[in-house]
Amino acid sequence: MSNELLNELTFFVLSIFVGIEVISKVPTILHTPLMSGTNAIHGIILVGAIVIASNAASPLNLVIGLVAVTLATTNVVGGFVVTDRMLEMFKGRNAGRAQGAQDGSQKQAAPAKESTPTK
Amino acid sequence: MNTLIELAYLVAAVCFILGLKQLSSPKGARNGNRIAAVGMVIALVATLPLLHFTTAGVIIIAIGVVIGGAVGSIGARMVKMTAIPQMVALFNGVGGGAAALVAVAELLRFGQHPAFAEAFPSVFSIVIGSVSFAGSMVAFAKLQELMTGKPITYPGQQIVNGILAAAILGFVIAVLAVASIPFSFVSLMVLALVLGVAFVLPIGGADMPVVISLLNAFTGLAVAASGFTLNNFALIVAGTLVGASGSILTKLMSDAMGRSLGNVLFGAFGQTHAGTAAVAGKEGRSVRSGSAEDIGTLLAYSQRVIIVPGYGLAVAQAQHAARELADVLEKRGVEVTYAIHPVAGRMPGHMNVLLAEANVPYEQLKEMDEVNDEFKNADVALIVGANDVVNPSARNAPGSPIYGMPILNADQAKNIVFMKRSMRPGFAGIDNDLMFDPKTLMFFGDAKDSLTKLVAAVKAA
Repeated sequence: MSNELLNELTFFVLSIFVGIEVISKVPTILHTPLMSGTNAIHGIILVGAIVIASNAASPLNLVIGLVAVTLATTNVVGGFVVTDRMLEMFKGRNAGRAQGAQDGSQKQAAPAKESTPTK
Repeated sequence: MNTLIELAYLVAAVCFILGLKQLSSPKGARNGNRIAAVGMVIALVATLPLLHFTTAGVIIIAIGVVIGGAVGSIGARMVKMTAIPQMVALFNGVGGGAAALVAVAELLRFGQHPAFAEAFPSVFSIVIGSVSFAGSMVAFAKLQELMTGKPITYPGQQIVNGILAAAILGFVIAVLAVASIPFSFVSLMVLALVLGVAFVLPIGGADMPVVISLLNAFTGLAVAASGFTLNNFALIVAGTLVGASGSILTKLMSDAMGRSLGNVLFGAFGQTHAGTAAVAGKEGRSVRSGSAEDIGTLLAYSQRVIIVPGYGLAVAQAQHAARELADVLEKRGVEVTYAIHPVAGRMPGHMNVLLAEANVPYEQLKEMDEVNDEFKNADVALIVGANDVVNPSARNAPGSPIYGMPILNADQAKNIVFMKRSMRPGFAGIDNDLMFDPKTLMFFGDAKDSLTKLVAAVKAA
């Protein structure tokens, strides 16, 4: 086994463990964004696509390269943009949550008084 | 020069790991996505010195990047929030296709007798990438309702799939042991595409999120395999990270639906027939339906109302109308909460995203475990376009396809208002006994129109 292959295998195996560890606990609300985010990351295949496209000499290889680069770019760009759009929605909610936490604590302090504590 | 490239790849890998880490906590999620995007840019720029700049090569790369960039950004910007699941499927599929094509190009370059260490990852990438591509396209078609969302089964299906898998194995051996000629690996790709379609066809539309997540992990592995072929560390690390985290995520998602992954993927075989037979005999039962005024009055004089939003609310874009109704009710002193089933909408977390968009306060959103005991104290459970997630047959009909899925205890509320477009069954394709419950009032119509009518009715009450 060549040294390079050995190195690659090492990276491969360690990455498996990192990948498992890094997302062991995810709240349900983030399942969809996380899936979409990992989807964008495997768009790294664009690196491979431009490498084979730049090596292409025959017409067949050029066609394969063109299709691969197009598909991979769609994956990367679409993946990151759609994830960002999804997470943008949480921004409003996070602001709401900070306020909500405040409301909650005040409610707990004075449960009988239901008058709106904001303002 | 090579050292610099490798170092840049290392930085990119760290970005991906940090990005994933942040993506799994609500606070840093958006930031995490950006960090991962930065990693992607670093990896791409670092790759530039590796390229041979032939005119033709530069032109096709430029064309590909422009087209792909336009399709990706326009698609991702224009898509409605409700259609996001199928969009993710589409983006995942094209990634898988790209991985398979990269492997094909490398096999063409290696000639007829490539070393095993190069040929094996290539055929792996071709098979898995093609399955992911074709499977994702079917998932897209099912979610976009270009085809039926119901499981598609036919006699002898498992035998056909078995033959398909055997043929693929045969071609893999041919490429590795005999000769890697274009005929063999192109046939391999075609067979793998067919397998991808055959794999997803028998899975129902409601289970598509889990399937997309699994195919997402597949694409990651295909990308990693292409990395072995190209001896590229960035591909290996990023692809493997996605493969591993995607597998865990797939498991978390099927857990959230209370099912095992095996049941999601292969549950259609032999099980649905019993389920449909069990509910078929219950035609002709009567349902009660109410007017907007009836229901408005009922709501206005309640103390606790729990809103159960579902996909119908998402389709009708009724999240703002729902919030408006909640606001009017709260003004009258009614306590309003939203009960969010883990798979409400079409993807886990989908409903939270939509309601957040309508500025529903966070503390009103209650997860299933939190809210299930509160239903018995609720005066009204207002079900807006949800169906399967409140279907009691998940609890008490062992033959039902959704048997065992945890559901919201909406049936324990004192009154149930079921807002639906029609009596049509939900996404899982099964009837819902709750509609026939004597405590249930049906309110037919588009979710947004109906909610707007209720707002007016509550104001008038």
